[in-house]
Formats: sequence, C-alpha cells, structure tokens
Amino acid sequence: MMDGYEKIMAQRAEIMRASLGLDYGKYRTGVLAFDYEGLLADTGYDMDTARAVQRQTGVGDTPLVELANITELSRAAAAPGKGARIFLKDEAANPSGSFKDRRASLSVHEAQKRGYKGIAAATSGNYGAAVASQAAKAGLRCVVVQEAFDSQGIAQPEIAEKTRACEAYGAEVIRLSVGPELFYLLLCVLKETGYFNASLYSPYSILGIETLGYELARQVQHQAGRFPDVVIATHAGGGNVTGTARGLKKAGAADAQMIAASVDLSGLHMASDHDFNRKSFTTGHTGFSMPFTTWPDRADVPYNAARSLRYMDRFVTVTQGEVFYITEVLAELEGLQRGPAGNTSLAAAFVVAQALDEDNVIVVQETEYTGAGKHPLAQLNLAKALGIEVRRGDPRDNRPGKRIVIPEHPSQLAVKEVDLDGVRRSYLRHAVESLAAGDQPSDVDLNFLAEETRSTRRYVEDIINESRRKTG
Amino acid sequence: MADPVAKDSWVEIRRSVLDPGQRAAQVPADTRRVPLEMRAKGFLAAPARLGDEAEIVTAAGRRLRGVLSEVNPAYGHGFGAPIPELSAIGREVRALLRQRGRFK
Repeated sequence: MMDGYEKIMAQRAEIMRASLGLDYGKYRTGVLAFDYEGLLADTGYDMDTARAVQRQTGVGDTPLVELANITELSRAAAAPGKGARIFLKDEAANPSGSFKDRRASLSVHEAQKRGYKGIAAATSGNYGAAVASQAAKAGLRCVVVQEAFDSQGIAQPEIAEKTRACEAYGAEVIRLSVGPELFYLLLCVLKETGYFNASLYSPYSILGIETLGYELARQVQHQAGRFPDVVIATHAGGGNVTGTARGLKKAGAADAQMIAASVDLSGLHMASDHDFNRKSFTTGHTGFSMPFTTWPDRADVPYNAARSLRYMDRFVTVTQGEVFYITEVLAELEGLQRGPAGNTSLAAAFVVAQALDEDNVIVVQETEYTGAGKHPLAQLNLAKALGIEVRRGDPRDNRPGKRIVIPEHPSQLAVKEVDLDGVRRSYLRHAVESLAAGDQPSDVDLNFLAEETRSTRRYVEDIINESRRKTG
Repeated sequence: MADPVAKDSWVEIRRSVLDPGQRAAQVPADTRRVPLEMRAKGFLAAPARLGDEAEIVTAAGRRLRGVLSEVNPAYGHGFGAPIPELSAIGREVRALLRQRGRFK
C-alpha cells in the first residue's frame, strides 16, 4: 500500500495538485509574490455563496452570547469606568461542535461538485471531525490521519476523543505515533485513493471562516448597537485570525482591532516524542502559531491562504494555568462548558477588556464542544501522571511541561505581548532564505512583502539588507 | 491456542511505518530513536488470530494490513478524578461577584 518515504515526498507537488485541483502556478507574480486575492476570488465563493453552502448543512448562524458575569468579574480587577463588555460567539453550536465545520464545508462541497469519491485530511483536531461530519452528509468517503499517541502508546486524551468523533461520523482514522511524517501518510492516502485533500490552508478553508467574522460583526451591531471594538481569536496555524479578520472587513467592521492569542508552550518541541503528552494543549499554542506566523508557506500547499501577519493588530500569549482557570470560570459563572480551544482567547479577553472603556465590546470569536478527553480534568490528570506539578499560585511561575500554575485570583491573569516587529523581521528572514540561488526580489516582490508584514517597502528593504549583511 | 477472530469483526491492527533509521531529517533525537507506528481499525477481511498478520477493510473501504492487536477496541478516554486545584475556583469567583452585589 505504501511507497517509501523519499519516493512519496518526491511526488509531493504532483499529488497535491491532483488532490486539490488548483493550479497554484497561475498565481505566481514574482520570486516570492503571488496574487493572494486572485487565488481566493477564483474559487467563486463570495460571502453570499459561502453562507448559502454552509446553511445547507446547518453550519454557521451560531449564537452570540454576552458574558455578563465574566465581564463583571473582569471589572473587579479593572480601574473605575474600565472593563469592556465581553461577548462569545458560540461556535460549539455547529454540527460537529466547532468553527472547523466552516473550514470543512467549502472543501467538502467543492470535492462533491468536482466528482471526487472521498476526502482526506491530516489533522489531530476538531477539523478531522468537521471534515468527517460534512463528508457523511455529502455521501463522500473520508480518511483522517492523526498524530495520536507517543512511543509508550499513551494517547493524548483530547485526540482520543477526536478519533472517536471521526469514527462516529463513519470516517477511517489512521492513528500515528509522534512525528511530522504524518504528512507522508496523508500523501500515501491521497495517492492511493485519489481523494480530495481538505487542506487546512487551501482557499476553501479560509473562505469558509470569513462567514464567522461577517456574522459576528452583524450580531454585535444588532445586540450592542455598534461594531466590535476588539475581536480575539485563538491562534495556531493562522486560518482563524485570517478568515475572521477578512470577514469583519467584508461586514464593514474594518476598524475592529484583531488580536491573536496563543497558549505559551515555549520550551517544548512540537515533534518530540517525549514532549508530546506534556503539552496539555493540542492546538492554539505557540508551537504552531510562532512558526506559521513567521512563515506561513511551511504548510502543505504551495501558497498558504492563511496569512495571519497581514491581519493581526496584536499578538498575545497566556499560560496553560490561566486557560484552565478561565475554563472553570466560564462553566461556573456562565453555565457554559466549552473549550479548550476558544478559552485561550477568553483568558486573553478577560485581561484585554480591563484596559478598555465599559461601553466597548470585545468578542471571543469561538467556542468548541467539551467532552470526555476534551476537558481540564483529563489534561491535568494526564499531566500529574507524567510528573508535571499542578498547583495554585502566580501564573508567571507556569513552566510548560514542568509546572502548571492555576491562578489564585482573577486579578493575576495577564497577557504577554509578542513583539510584532520581531515577528516581521523573522518573516522577512524566512522569505530571503526561501529564495532559490540567483533569485532577486523585484518591485512586485518587495511590495508583496510589505503587504505581508503590514509595513512599508522601505522597512522591507532595510530588513532584507540587514539580514543579508549578517549572513553574507 | 485461542480461536481465530471471526471475519467481519471490528478490530484494530498495528504496524510500523518507518523504522528509526528512516525517520524524517527534521525529527528531534528522541523521536528519531523510535519507529513511526500506525494503528487503524476496520472489519477483519478473513479469520485471524491476535498477534498474527491480518487484513482489514476500513470505514472508507480501503484494505490495510498489519498485526491484529485488538478486537472491538474500547474508547478508554474520559475525565478522571476531580482536580483539587480546580475545585474551589467556582466558589471563589461567585464570592467575588456577591461582594460586588451581582450575585445574592
């Protein structure tokens, strides 16, 4: 069934082309630049079309809930007159329980329209369940490839739940031990089956999220009489930030500040067998968000449609303990058992709200369903079993993989700013490194890089020259 | 010797996909020391004994081969015991909202 690793990886471009049916080469405009808007627009999914497709399977139109008790708790820690109203977009109300249904819906619709027999995805998260759920309704076969357990055979409990969910929707699940060669297995499956590749980074996946930003802008306007002042998205591969921000703009809420929030997992290696079960989080963490923000084109497609650096106004991190704390608060004060994923941005929103005026509106733009394995109890029981210390205290003492510190008081929650200038520099260094020998960036490329980094042509040239002097 | 598992039973197979020496170049040292292992479920294509090489037909209709490891494999994930470090949070934050007059 399987060709060797080297042989399959060498066929990567050809397999990806057949499985996505997209000619990415057509959009190339320079040695680095490509026509990003053209790549998205040519799919034909404008806002109305995407919403119509999603309505056919009950995706979207999820409730926007005001978290009045959490807002009050946040104001207890804020200066008088401060403490924005916190709202939550309850994406758990989607068919498979997360906003990932939006990402999966257009891919499955496209696969069905073009006559593919099935669909495949490499994902250990909610996205697998979303693809499986959408495929079930479309009558397509589905294969999900997961990184699921370590070399001791210990399954990450959250991923074990995703395995169960995918199987419940009738998908074949290939469970793997730790390692990036997950992608090799996906290529083997795509080559053997000829299925459509539901890549998380295709235009369909990103256009499917635009409806989220669009809906929430209109809901906030309806419920609070204004557009949101701030929207916070849990940030991993970049799709959530990108799609939501694009949707906000399309709804006319272009002034909403877009904040990306990740759980800080610094010190843990994402491809390490030892660290795999010591992360206590499977996504929404810096292990994905840092590499994907600083170089989105490390993805499985030639041009990643998730380009978060174009859209984020701020990038913050929170600790593991703070997210577990706010998850408890959400259940006990708002009667909502949700997460883990959206609760990363909720922990950040709780802090960011304190600096905003009371009449401002801040939106946490997703939730996900909670269940066996997908719960702080499951994660902290595993952490303790692996020797990780769990205690109450100052969240600044949290050490990923060593110590999880649950705050003792809501006033201890804080966000750490990620230096966006450093992120931009890192992006530009990666861009230079990606050039083939002899390639010289043209005007088109330099302007493209300025758009990518939300900076200026001058800034781009300065950083590139600086980086060349260092390596030269 | 145990009886063979009947054809069409729902089972799990396991196999090694890449040996330690075949792992991708970017893999860190601890991961490189172990093989890339695969587990998959499906209906057993022909009677086989646990521990023997067997073929399954997956939910997507693919035929996969590996060592027969489990019959009707259970979902073992759950919640586990309550975590004392989380247990008091609800009481604490409700008390704070009572102080602010929001809760009775």
